[in-house]
Amino acid sequence: MSGATAISPAIESFLSRAHQGEARILLELQGLPQRRLEAWRYTPLRDLDKTGFAAPDAVSVDEARALLARLAPEALEGHRIVFVNGVAIAALTSLPDTVEVTDLSVPLLADRPLSVLNNAIQQQGIALRVAADVDAGQIALVSLVTNGDQVSTHLAHQITLDTGAKLTLLDIQSGEGAYLANPSLTVSVAEKAHLTHLRVQQDSLEATNLALVNARIAEHGTYDSFTLTLGAKLSRHEVLAHLGGKHAIVHVNAAQLLAGSQHADLTSVITHAAPDCNSRQTVKNVLMDAGHGVFQGKIYVDRIAQKTDGYQMNQALLLSEKAQIDSKPELEIYADDVKCSHGATVGALDDEQLFYLRARGIPHAEARAILVRAFLLDALALVTDEAAYALLDRRVDAWWQKREA
Amino acid sequence: MPAVTETREAVETLGQSTYKWGFETDIEMEFAPKGLSEETIRFISARKQEPEWMLDWRLQAFRAWQSMEEPSWQKPEYPAIDYQDAFYFAEPKSKPGPKSLEEVDPELLRTYEKLGIPLHEQAILAGVEGAGEQEARLPVAVDAVFDSVSVVTTFRKTLEEAGVIFCPISDAIREHPELVKRYLGSVVPVSDNFFAALNSAVFTDGSFVYVPEGVKCPMELSTYFRINARNTGQFERTLIICEDRATVSYLEGCTAPMRDENQLHAAVVELVAMNDAKIKYSTVQNWYPGDENGKGGIYNFVTKRGACRGRNAKISWTQVETGSAITWKYPSCILAGEGSVGEFYSVAVTNNRQQADTGTKMIHLAPNTRSTIIAKTISAGHSDSTYRGLVRMMPKARGARNFTQCDSLLIGDQCGAHTVPYIENRNMTARVEHEATTSKISEDQLFYCRSRGLSEEDAVGLIVNGFCKDVLKELPMEFAVEAQKLLQLSLEGSVG
Amino acid sequence: MNDFLKISGLCAQIDDNGTPKEILRGLDLEVPKGQIHAIMGPNGSGKSTLSYVLAGREDYEVTGGSAEFLGEDLLALEPEERAALGVFLAFQAPIELPGVNNANFLRTAVNAVRRARKEDELDAVGFLKAVRAETKHLHMSDEMLKRNVNVGFSGGEKKRNEVLQMRMLRPKFAILDETDSGLDIDALRIVAEGVNSLRGPDFSALIITHHQRLLDYIKPDRVHVMAKGKIIHSGGGEVALALEAQGYQQYLEAVA
Repeated sequence: MSGATAISPAIESFLSRAHQGEARILLELQGLPQRRLEAWRYTPLRDLDKTGFAAPDAVSVDEARALLARLAPEALEGHRIVFVNGVAIAALTSLPDTVEVTDLSVPLLADRPLSVLNNAIQQQGIALRVAADVDAGQIALVSLVTNGDQVSTHLAHQITLDTGAKLTLLDIQSGEGAYLANPSLTVSVAEKAHLTHLRVQQDSLEATNLALVNARIAEHGTYDSFTLTLGAKLSRHEVLAHLGGKHAIVHVNAAQLLAGSQHADLTSVITHAAPDCNSRQTVKNVLMDAGHGVFQGKIYVDRIAQKTDGYQMNQALLLSEKAQIDSKPELEIYADDVKCSHGATVGALDDEQLFYLRARGIPHAEARAILVRAFLLDALALVTDEAAYALLDRRVDAWWQKREA
Repeated sequence: MPAVTETREAVETLGQSTYKWGFETDIEMEFAPKGLSEETIRFISARKQEPEWMLDWRLQAFRAWQSMEEPSWQKPEYPAIDYQDAFYFAEPKSKPGPKSLEEVDPELLRTYEKLGIPLHEQAILAGVEGAGEQEARLPVAVDAVFDSVSVVTTFRKTLEEAGVIFCPISDAIREHPELVKRYLGSVVPVSDNFFAALNSAVFTDGSFVYVPEGVKCPMELSTYFRINARNTGQFERTLIICEDRATVSYLEGCTAPMRDENQLHAAVVELVAMNDAKIKYSTVQNWYPGDENGKGGIYNFVTKRGACRGRNAKISWTQVETGSAITWKYPSCILAGEGSVGEFYSVAVTNNRQQADTGTKMIHLAPNTRSTIIAKTISAGHSDSTYRGLVRMMPKARGARNFTQCDSLLIGDQCGAHTVPYIENRNMTARVEHEATTSKISEDQLFYCRSRGLSEEDAVGLIVNGFCKDVLKELPMEFAVEAQKLLQLSLEGSVG
Repeated sequence: MNDFLKISGLCAQIDDNGTPKEILRGLDLEVPKGQIHAIMGPNGSGKSTLSYVLAGREDYEVTGGSAEFLGEDLLALEPEERAALGVFLAFQAPIELPGVNNANFLRTAVNAVRRARKEDELDAVGFLKAVRAETKHLHMSDEMLKRNVNVGFSGGEKKRNEVLQMRMLRPKFAILDETDSGLDIDALRIVAEGVNSLRGPDFSALIITHHQRLLDYIKPDRVHVMAKGKIIHSGGGEVALALEAQGYQQYLEAVA
């Protein structure tokens, strides 16, 4: 059907992987998700369906280095893996000896269109493993696209933390041109292990980013994620987190700052499949111009997942007449001894607060900026690492300065 | 309604079951031919002596229905319904034409008596000297619908003097065609959804209320629905219109006999409120829920929608949903008049194998419209209950406000409670707030109550009533008492 | 002649769910430089509205009259311009700003006002020095500077924070809206001390209160009685005492 055929020019040139054949059949059968699919009602991919994408051209190391300095200067220092146009740039990659590169084995989730698409047109990716009780520090995973018109990348990565292992993944996605980025990240956190995943999506404003994270967390393990969405014309960040052992913890926090006609969707499904787990989601949207924010968050509590503590907060600040938000915070609960709650608030800046600031002499634009930053702070404050916080804060600040100018 | 006489014996005579409205009335019935076709529709229309335009309207709906697919997005699952294996019209044989109480089959009157619905105006008015516990009641005008037809409407005369029309919709089609033509299908169009289209094609009776400009309806209006016949779907249609500054409070109650097979109830309710008009619509839904193994029970697939067409109009839905095997309904408000107000207060209780998927839609079209949603969901046994609600702020809804509070209570670890809100905002000055919680009755609460001498069931009843207080207080006084008892009865056997 | 604050025939209304509701109905008031005046009046007389209109809240629509401050048309200015000019409104219920650090807020405000007054901005060190001097004076802990503006503050702490802002912003004219908070003695005392500490030839204030008690701590130069959106009587400190003893009825009857 049309979705698959539109993408098919890109299909031929890539390596066949374990699930590729099956994924391609599914893609042919299902096409790209449209509005009638409940999970995609607010982010139908109808326009994408009509666009053809090809494989991107390779770039030289010099080009890649210049691109890195321009789009992800935060990763110039320290350990990193760099992908440009879907290909790993070995010359720019430096990994600590605390991590091991293993074979990639990405599962196919047949009911998740992003997994199907990613598997059908799988390119490269990296699989990292951190051994038991090793703290691997921070590694930047940088995925960039250049000369990106009508090309697509479908990177698939995998992070495995053994018992008690620790890693901070700084995941930066950016690029130039009207491309499609469709990355997937498969995460496995063993007992007492801790993965911090900081994701900055600042793709080109003509690009589309459809990302999937599939995380499984074991007893006393933690998957702590924060996503900052600033880029892409159309984006979706889909997080599936499965809490499979007692006292596992997951945080899916995000800030989406949208302007122009940007559309960004954060969809999460948190599955509590063991007792005593804890999940926290705080998602903030700042919407300017005709920005369109979407939040769909589901907390699923299995019958055995007693003493679940689940929390979900979605807030949107509408700063323009044309901005819009669609929010669907969902609870599906089958255990009786749980504490689950969600909240959503949508509105403009608080007039009383604005007046209070102005009555103290702070000009209107500055007062507005203070309140917007305060609104975002709730979400950013969840990033406890100071360097990471500073990085996110700088990007937010630069974004805001540019919009206000 | 539903004056349910609180006699222990009544329950006991029904054996183990706690559903005490489950008896069957032995009365001779006349049916339309089984199955659904244009012929069935022509039969219904002819039996009701309907004008040509009404038949055309039904046929149009039937054609729309034929081209529609039965929805499948909802949470409850149910076996496929064979629409050709049901009767679409059943009527007590003895009853000829328009009726006074004297002409009503005494067997029917006894049925309503047994259900606690007083149909004798004299008896109600004379209540003071008369029957003990009923004495404090205010008069309530009742339209009693038995299977497909309205058997009697009380207090019609008193209401007529006030200018209020309250009659079976089949009478209204004949006697007030201009009103029916103007409003029927104007809130829920014939092809709105699968079950609304089905209802539009085959609806048999229901109530019609018209409150003219400036009139405050002098008494509560009430319709009491009863499904009795086997294999019969009930498709009632209710239309309530309040002109400028008119006010009405309307109550609806329902029960059905206990049967092993499932029966379909697909009603449509349309409300229209003009400038400064107020409509309060309360429902206590107690259709037979099936037995503890999920056998039998009513499929309650209902479309209820109100349109606030005038400035500062107000529509308030209050529902206590304890019955039905599957409940699937979203009483909604279209807030088209500036400053208009929509409210939805709901308690949904499911036990045993019951499934409920209910909530509301608040569509804010005009500036300064306000809506409030308070939904309380209680699940026990092996049941599943879902709150599903939509709040949509359209671009013109400047300064609109919504507040939503959804709370779920789980009793036991074999049930499910789900919350699925949809929040869509297209106007920066509109404000939406949504809160939801899920919890259980804590051991501490139970222990505290029991150490003060309450039985476990009484303690649960007490806590559940407390949990539902915000909704129950919205019910008219006499309904609220019934609803409380009903809650407790519905949850019987759910603890321990 | 008074060229400090002159309000003439001020009319203002608020949108009450679609229908305009008139609150100020031709109010006249003058406050000369260096003086402290009090306005007293029954609930609903429009006292708080007057303070909001003078500070520039947008939900109040001025439908007539004028208010001149230092020769400028006060009503034509944005709220921040009024603050820069030297108008300070101490809020009856100070607004909470979750996520906004108190010290940062104060520094932003101080520098915005300094900028507008063509004064040099304070750098971090200079600001901290200045603010520490004030917090010490007000017996406030540094802790309060680290918290978010008014979030989780007690009633007394909120008042103290307002006074701190007032002292840091150095207004020429302060409006203290104390309509409902007259019951908390500590809060009153904090506010009174704050005002008294600024009292001098270059500082004026308008104290809006419901109770006479605040005036035990701040001796006003003049007391105005307000009812139904107007000043209906003016006099010296004795007016407050007379009100306390006999209530508003005497003045209301006089106008009626």
